[in-house]
Amino acid sequence: MIERAAAAALVGTTRLLVGARAQWRAAPPAGQCLYFANHSSHLDTMAIWSALSPAQRARTRPVAARDYWDKPGLRGYVAGKMLHAVLIERRREDRDGDPLDPVIAALHAGDSLILFPEGTRTAERLPQRFRGGLFRLAEAFPELHLVPAYLDTLHRSMPKGAHIPLPLYCTVRFGEAMQRVGGEARDAFLERARDAVVALA
Amino acid sequence: MNAQHKLLWVFGGIVALLALASLIGWALQARKGRTEVVANLNARVRAWWGMVAVLAVCFWLGPVANLLVFAFISFFALREFITLTPTRPGDHLPLVVAFYVLIPVQYWLIGDHWYGLFAIFIPVYAFLALPALAVLGGDTSDFLERTTKIQWGVMIAIYCISHAPALLILELRGYEGQGPLLLLYLMLVVQISDVMQYVFGKLFGKRKLAPTVSPSKTVEGLVGGGLAAVAIGTALWWITPFTPLQSALMSTLIVVCGVFGGLALSAVKRSLGAKDWGHMIEGHGGMMDRMDSVTFAAPIFFHITRYFFSG
Repeated sequence: MIERAAAAALVGTTRLLVGARAQWRAAPPAGQCLYFANHSSHLDTMAIWSALSPAQRARTRPVAARDYWDKPGLRGYVAGKMLHAVLIERRREDRDGDPLDPVIAALHAGDSLILFPEGTRTAERLPQRFRGGLFRLAEAFPELHLVPAYLDTLHRSMPKGAHIPLPLYCTVRFGEAMQRVGGEARDAFLERARDAVVALA
Repeated sequence: MNAQHKLLWVFGGIVALLALASLIGWALQARKGRTEVVANLNARVRAWWGMVAVLAVCFWLGPVANLLVFAFISFFALREFITLTPTRPGDHLPLVVAFYVLIPVQYWLIGDHWYGLFAIFIPVYAFLALPALAVLGGDTSDFLERTTKIQWGVMIAIYCISHAPALLILELRGYEGQGPLLLLYLMLVVQISDVMQYVFGKLFGKRKLAPTVSPSKTVEGLVGGGLAAVAIGTALWWITPFTPLQSALMSTLIVVCGVFGGLALSAVKRSLGAKDWGHMIEGHGGMMDRMDSVTFAAPIFFHITRYFFSG
């Protein structure tokens, strides 16, 4: 109960700070989804999560970096109790086993996910190259709807080196789920996925 | 009748008008069903109830609440303006200053009754400080265009809008302590002009006024709505320091400025590639869509009143 109220407050705060209005270019798919987007600020996760409808949000978990989110205090509470984030290890030296294991477990459990395939933030209008995780998940879960999303102003709210965010309104544009192409090579798939996000920019 | 009583009467009148509008909207929906026009009309009326409620509460709370509400209106308007403006990383510092320094200072100056600095703070100091801060970013590409857009946003969203609550500190002959009535008068005439132009346009609109700039504006709407607003403004002379004839002229001035404000800002919006400034007010679009007429009417009305009627 408290956690639900806190989550509602989190959505409200995010809307107040960055708008986070959703714009669907195609009808939102029914069923398990993997939303993937460009990554330009610390607010991205909250922006997409807030842009989803309450029903979608209830079964969607963001994939987030353990080194940033797994901190005692507010950040850890938000990631654990409110967003139910799937935390992954980015740093090679801290890993044992496959870093994608917790993500795969969440997908097996039927959760929808939010993923930033660049792996790290870039304060640019367009995303960098996508890393391979998205491809592996797409291969392993052929029924998963792969929904591209573009966050449109957050790179301007807080460009590199800036400390104070500008209160611009962010629109989260969701595109049509990607078509599956049988036997597609890893790099071609990742390029196509990135193009799907760029097309929404 | 003292100022308090006049405020009550005017707000009573607004509530009666809104009740009538809600009734008409309800009757239209019962007769014609939920067509797009009817749904938009009812969304607009509902939003008006909300906006009038906010205004009524801040008039009741007093001048500080008024200043705060208008400071937030400026904040939301500037947000919409800068969101649509393609700024670059080099603009970050001037924009931080615009949002977090210029807005509070400009409204603080009104609260401090410091007219001299209020009038020149943005056109002189901010006008020069914004490019001075932008140049520190070291990015020369489109420097003039980028600086101009920020200056425009700041002038329109902060400076122009702040002239509406600045009416509270105008000292006029024989009109002491009645600033809130003058602010209410300005807002009423501007907004009634907008509403009546919409109503007359929907009922009788045939000839487009400026199809490329503002496709929904018609000549019939402009004339009918403008005349109706001037009539209502004239009839409200008893809440102003004006005679009925002066009130008619002032209402005309407000309506004409409002029309040009609406058209010019619609052109700005379209040159930034958007149809609405934002999505804040249901049925209306953004804050700027609701305030565009005020941005032109408020400073002109403020200065003409000050020139002819100050003590």
